[in-house]
Amino acid sequence: MQRNLKSFIGLRRNWSIPYLLFLALFVLIPLGLIVYYAFTSHDGAFTLTNFRKFWMHPEAMNTFIFSIGIALITTVLCLILGYPAAYILSRMESQNAQILVLLFILPMWVNFLIRTLATVALFDFLSLPLGKGSLIFGMVYNFLPFMIYPIYNILQKTDSNLIEAAQDLGANPRQVFLKTILPLSAPGISSGIMMVFMPVISTFAIAELLTINNIKLFGTTLQENIYNGMWNYGAALSLVMLLLIGLTSLLNNEGTANDSAEGGLI
Amino acid sequence: MIKRILSRSYLGVLLIMLYAPILIIIIFSFTESKVLGNWTGFSFKLYTSIFKSGVHHSLSNALWNTLIIGLISAFASMILGTMAAIGIYNLRPRARKTVQLLNTIPILNPDIITAISLFLLFISLGFSQGYTTVILAHITFCTPYVVLSVLPRLRRMNENLYEAALDLGATPFYALRKIMLPELKPGMISGFILAFTLSIDDFVVTLFTIGNQGLETLSTYIYADARKGGLTPELRPLSAIIFITVLVLLLFINQRSVKKKR
Repeated sequence: MQRNLKSFIGLRRNWSIPYLLFLALFVLIPLGLIVYYAFTSHDGAFTLTNFRKFWMHPEAMNTFIFSIGIALITTVLCLILGYPAAYILSRMESQNAQILVLLFILPMWVNFLIRTLATVALFDFLSLPLGKGSLIFGMVYNFLPFMIYPIYNILQKTDSNLIEAAQDLGANPRQVFLKTILPLSAPGISSGIMMVFMPVISTFAIAELLTINNIKLFGTTLQENIYNGMWNYGAALSLVMLLLIGLTSLLNNEGTANDSAEGGLI
Repeated sequence: MIKRILSRSYLGVLLIMLYAPILIIIIFSFTESKVLGNWTGFSFKLYTSIFKSGVHHSLSNALWNTLIIGLISAFASMILGTMAAIGIYNLRPRARKTVQLLNTIPILNPDIITAISLFLLFISLGFSQGYTTVILAHITFCTPYVVLSVLPRLRRMNENLYEAALDLGATPFYALRKIMLPELKPGMISGFILAFTLSIDDFVVTLFTIGNQGLETLSTYIYADARKGGLTPELRPLSAIIFITVLVLLLFINQRSVKKKR
C-alpha cells in the first residue's frame, strides 16, 4: 500500500490531480450550476421562463444593451489612448521604460473602489457633473493600464530588424506602422481588448458610485437579482453574459489566432 | 527631438490623469473634513486616529481580515499552483493542453460570474458562508496565475539535473527540495505576490461569498461605506499609506533587479 502510494506520488504528472479535483469542484461544477439554475424554475422543473422574462423585460434588456455600448466606448478609448503610450514606452531605453511601466501599473494597486471614489472627488473638485461623462472617464481610468500593458509587452518583444527591414525596403513611416508594427502587435491588442471589454461589461458598483446611482450596468442587474433571492433568473442573466463574453473572445481570436496566453500581467 | 518631447509629454499627461485622483486622496488625507474635496486646514488627526485602538474598530477589523485572507489564500494558491504546474508540465501533450485550457477558465471568467457560480455552489452544498468560503473562492481565482508564473520556470529548467539527483541516490523529496524548488522559487514568489494582490483587491467575489455574519474585508467595508453616502475619513490616510508603501516596495524591487542585471 505504502509503496503504491510512493510510486503514485513519484509519478510527477499525478501532482496535477489535486488541482484538477479543485478545478472540478470550484470551477466546473459551479458553472454547471449556473446552467442548471438558469433552465429550471423555483421547484427544480425544466423551464425557459427565465430567458423569456429577460427578453420581455425592457429594463433588463435596456441595461444590457447600454452596458455593451459603454464597454465598447471604453474599449475604443483605452485603445486610442493606450496604444501610443505602449508604443512610446516600447521605444524607450529599457531602464526608463521599466520605471514608467511600473508607474502606469501602480494605480491598480489602490483598491478600485477607492480609486472610483477618488474619481468622484475629482469631478466634484472640478465641479463637473456626474453622469455619462464621469462614468466613461472612471471606466477608462480604471482599465487603461490593462490595455497598455499587453500591447507594450508584445511591442517590446518585437524584432526591431523587421521594422528596419521595412524601412530599408522603402516603406514610409506610415506604411511601416500599418504594415509591420500594427500587425505584429495584434496579439497584444487582442488581449488588451479582452482585458478591458470583459471587466467593463461585468463591473458592478463602479457605475453606481460614478453616477450617484443614476446609471446602472448589467453587472448590477445580476447582483440585485441574486441578492433578492431570484437565483434562477439571476443565473439565466449570468448565462446571457457568459454567452456574450464567449462570443466576444471567439470573434477576437478569429482576428488574431494567438496561442500564447502566458505571461499576462506583471 | 520635437518628437521626443511630444511623446514624453503625452506620457506625462496620461500619468497625470491616472494619478490625479490618487493625489487628491493623499492631499485630503491631511485634513479633518468629513467630505472628500473639502479642505478644512492641515491636520494629522486622521493618521493618528487609524492607529488609536477602538476609534474605528470595524475598519481595523476589516483591514486585518483582508490581510489574513490575502496571506492564507496566496500561500495556499502558491502550494496548489506549484504542484499543479509540476504535474501539468509532466503530462502528455494532449492532456497538458486540456488542463492548461481548464486553467484559463477562472482567469477569463468575469468576477461576477465566478462570484455567482461560487455563491450557487455554496448554497447548494449548504455551506455557511464566512471565512472559509471567502478563502476557497480566493484560491479559486488566484491559483491559475500561480500556475502561469511557475510553468515558464519549469520549461527553462534543465530536466537532467533532477534525473541526475535521483540517479545519484537522492529521494524524490530530497531532489525536489534541493534541485527543483530553487529553480522554481522566483516563479513561486511572483505567483504569491500576484495572488496576494488579487486577493486584497478583490471585491465582487468576496461580496458574494462572505455571507451575512458581519465578516468584512476592506473592499466590502468601503462598499458599504460608500453606499451610506460618505467615505469614512480614515480611509484616506489608510489608502495613502497603502499606496506609498506599494510604491516604495515596487521601486525598491525594480532598482534591485536593475542592479542585478549589471
